[in-house]
Amino acid sequence: MDKKVKVYSTPTCPFCIRAKQYLKDNNVVFEDIDVSGNQQAAEEMVSKSGQMGVPVLDIDGEIIVGFDKDRISQALGL
Amino acid sequence: MKMYDLVIIGAGPAGITASVYAARKGMRLLVISRDIGGQTAYSGEVENYTGYQFVSGPELAAKFEEHLRRFEVELKEGKTVVDIFKDSDKVIIRTAEDAYQARSAIIASGKSSRELNVPGEKEFKNKGLTYCVTCDGPLFSNKKVAVIGGGNSALDAAVQLIRIARHVYVINNTAELGGDKLMREKVLVAQNATVFNNTRVKAVLGEKFVSALIVHGKGGEEKLEVGGVFVEIGLVPNSQFAGGIEKNEIGEIKVNCLNETSVAGIFAAGDVTDVAEKQIIIAAGEGAKAALSAFKYLVRHKFS
Repeated sequence: MDKKVKVYSTPTCPFCIRAKQYLKDNNVVFEDIDVSGNQQAAEEMVSKSGQMGVPVLDIDGEIIVGFDKDRISQALGL
Repeated sequence: MKMYDLVIIGAGPAGITASVYAARKGMRLLVISRDIGGQTAYSGEVENYTGYQFVSGPELAAKFEEHLRRFEVELKEGKTVVDIFKDSDKVIIRTAEDAYQARSAIIASGKSSRELNVPGEKEFKNKGLTYCVTCDGPLFSNKKVAVIGGGNSALDAAVQLIRIARHVYVINNTAELGGDKLMREKVLVAQNATVFNNTRVKAVLGEKFVSALIVHGKGGEEKLEVGGVFVEIGLVPNSQFAGGIEKNEIGEIKVNCLNETSVAGIFAAGDVTDVAEKQIIIAAGEGAKAALSAFKYLVRHKFS
């Protein structure tokens, strides 16, 4: 079964763009959450990850901070 | 081990332009980089790259990448080079995991943010303290924030934050702001910005996240309540791995007008070098020159 993937990001952050591109390249469906215009989502991201840097990926509850390609691939079984 | 004609370290404006030139020359090419776009990807507004009267840093970086991807270039992304040296007429390049060999190399690894070296900086990194306004700035809407620095990158950060944050303190350790007049004015006219000149940062405070900054200025020590700290105090060259190559007193790799370093077959380009002026367009031009020099080096040594 497909894993539920959320990406918390801002529109301008280079590593967010790369992370989302990587998911797209691997045909991973994900929910793109723009935290720049959404205070509630920003707080959700901060409380989940304990930090304020973007991107944050939530892959079925596993929280990955930053564009950590190896961890992302592992979590998704790519 | 596969022998490359050229390994390019870095994929900012210098590295990508070098890659485009090398790819067009048909060189067997490998690009190793920590990221794509380098500092360009972190820039706010770019208004001096010819052909673009106005473009954002991330957009320009995306255009660079698009240009690179037009060619079948082998790219190792997210990798940091830890060593480069000559072994007779081969160049050996090592990352933490792997080693590569090539006839020539271009170091275009750019610069990284300089750190403050004050208590609290490491603890609160990404917990309110950041080196990237373009990335993390939007998370600080309606908060009070501080920008540390007084040059163009600090002003660029302040200009971005003025639109987002409730109030922006600019902490500058010299007598007045540096940078371009146009940028200074944007900060000085903003209702929600305050500039502290002759002021140094002593510590970053907080519990889980940043809550205040201790600064020391003419009036002595002062505590500023802030939810965000943006460090923009300049850059250091990413040249530590190039141990055997001649550098200047601030660690920039010395190059001549052909982008040759002190080691034959190893070239360098862009912000990591001692080239006069660090600009996107200059780095791109230097990358082009370095690739052409590397190509001529291969022809001269009949490697290709």
